[in-house]
Amino acid sequence: MKNNLGLPLRYILTVSELTQEIKDILELKFPDIWVEGEISNLRVPPSGHVYFTLKDDFSQIRAVLFRLQARTLRFSPEDGLQVICRGRVSLYEKRGEYQLILEDMEPKGIGALQLAFLQLKERLEKEGLFDASHKKPIPIVPQKIGMITSPTGAVIRDMLQIIERRFENIPILLYPVRVQGEGASLEMARAIEYFNERMEVDVIIVGRGGGSLEDLWAFNEEAMARGIYHSKIPIISAVGHETDYTISDFVADLRAPTPSAAAELVVKDKRELKNRIHYFENRLETQILQILLENRTDLSHLTKMLRDPRKKLEEFFLKIDDLVNRFLFIASWSLKRKREHYLHLWESLSFRNPDQEMRNLRWVISETRKRLEQNIRHALEIKNQKVRGALGKLDTLSPLAILQRGYSIARKVPSMQILRDVAQVKEGDKVEVKLYEGTLLCGVEKTEKP
Amino acid sequence: MPKDRFEDAMNKLEKIVSKLEEGDIPLEESLKLFEEGIRLSRFCNQKLDEAEKRVEILMKGKDGKLKPQPFKPSGNSREPAIEGEEEES
Repeated sequence: MKNNLGLPLRYILTVSELTQEIKDILELKFPDIWVEGEISNLRVPPSGHVYFTLKDDFSQIRAVLFRLQARTLRFSPEDGLQVICRGRVSLYEKRGEYQLILEDMEPKGIGALQLAFLQLKERLEKEGLFDASHKKPIPIVPQKIGMITSPTGAVIRDMLQIIERRFENIPILLYPVRVQGEGASLEMARAIEYFNERMEVDVIIVGRGGGSLEDLWAFNEEAMARGIYHSKIPIISAVGHETDYTISDFVADLRAPTPSAAAELVVKDKRELKNRIHYFENRLETQILQILLENRTDLSHLTKMLRDPRKKLEEFFLKIDDLVNRFLFIASWSLKRKREHYLHLWESLSFRNPDQEMRNLRWVISETRKRLEQNIRHALEIKNQKVRGALGKLDTLSPLAILQRGYSIARKVPSMQILRDVAQVKEGDKVEVKLYEGTLLCGVEKTEKP
Repeated sequence: MPKDRFEDAMNKLEKIVSKLEEGDIPLEESLKLFEEGIRLSRFCNQKLDEAEKRVEILMKGKDGKLKPQPFKPSGNSREPAIEGEEEES
C-alpha cells in the first residue's frame, strides 16, 4: 500500500519534507489568483516590503507585497482599506505559515488613481501646500508670461490667440514639455525651476487640455505639486476641463478652469485697462479744474474783503482821536489837582520853618563854648602855680645847688662810681672830682681811714 | 522683472484721484497730486504699450543649453526640444 504521496505507508517524513510537500501543493494549486478583503495590521519595515493581513468577516490570511511591486502602487495601502489583490499562495517554511505573495493591488470601489489623488491631496493639504497665505497675487499686467505646456495642439494655439486678441503686445516664453506619461511631472517641475532661475517672466501658466484621469496624472504627482509650491513666480494651473481638479490646481496661486480661461485671467483686456486709465485721467482733470475754480472764487471773495480794513482804519483814527481828547482832559484835570495839593503842602511846610530854631541852637552853642573856654583857662592857671612851686622845691634839692655851696663829688675813673668810702679806691687810682664850675682829674696818693 | 509695477502705479493713481476728490487739501498739494497722477497715468499707458509682442519657445542649442527662439504654433509638428528633455531625464 502506498499513501497519496506515492510513498510506503509507514514512511516517516521529516518536518521539512512535509512542509516542502505542502508548499508544492499550495503553489501548484494557487499560482495566480485574485482575492478581495480588508487590509489590517499593516506594517512596512525599513526593507520596504509591505506586510499585512487580508481579512473578511470570518477569515484572514497573511499577505506580503515585496518592495519592487509596492513601488509601482499609485496609492498607499492603509489599514481598513478594501482591496482587490492579485498574487499567489506560498508557504514560509521556517514558520510553517502560508501567505499571499502579491503582484498587484488596487482599492475596491474606487480607482487606484482616484485614491492616490485623494491620499496625496490630504497629505499635502496637511503639510500646508494649499494654504491661501502662501498664494501670490497674479500681476494685472504681466511684463512677460511663461508657459509650460505642450508646444503642439490646440491648447497652446488657443491660448496664444486669446492673449493676442486681448493684448497685442505681450511677450511670451514657452517652455515645451510633455504633459503626460512617465516623467512628465518632473519635466514640468524642472520647467518651473528654470523660470525661477531666470526670473524674466512674472507669471507662469502650466496646463494641458482635457483627458482621462490617467492623462492628467502628471498634474497629480508630488514632484509637480512641490515644484509649484516652491516657485517664487506666481503660477496659474490650467488643466483639462472645468470639472477636472488636479493637485496642481490646489497648490497653484490661481486655478483656471481651462487653459483658455487661464489666458483670459492672466491677460486683462488692454482696451479695458486703457479705458480705466483714461477714466482716472478725466477724474484727475475735472478735479483739479474744480479745485482751481474754487480757489479762484475764494480768492476773489477774499480780495473783496480786503477793502474793509481801510474803513476799519478810519474807524481806528476816530477812536484814537477820541481817546487822545479824553486823555488830555483827564491829564490836565489831574495836573491841576496835583498842583493844589502841592501848594497846600508848601504852606504847611513854611509854617514849620526850622530857621528860628537854628538860630537859638547856634546861640546856645556859642554860650556853652565861652563857658568851656573860661573853665579851661582857670584850670590851667591853677596847674601853672602848682608847677612853679614844685620847681622851687626842686632847685633846693638839686646837686648843683650843693656844689655851689662848695661841696664836690668824687667819682672813680673809669667806672664813674661815686665815692663815699676810701675803701672804694687804692693808691694810684684815678679819681674825677666834680666842682660847681668844672671838674678835676686827680690821682690818689694816699688813703686814710678815719 | 520691472521694479515699478503696473499695478502699483494703478493703485497709486486711484488713491490720488480719490484723495483729490475728498478735497480739503491745500492748493499746492493738490497741484502736486495732480502732477503725480498725470505722471502715473502716462507711466501706465506706456507700460501697456511698451512691451513688444514676441512669442518664443525654449529650444536646446548645440551646447545643450535652452535658448529662446521665435515660435509659431503649428498644430502637429513635433518639437525637437521635447526629445532633448527626454534625453536629459
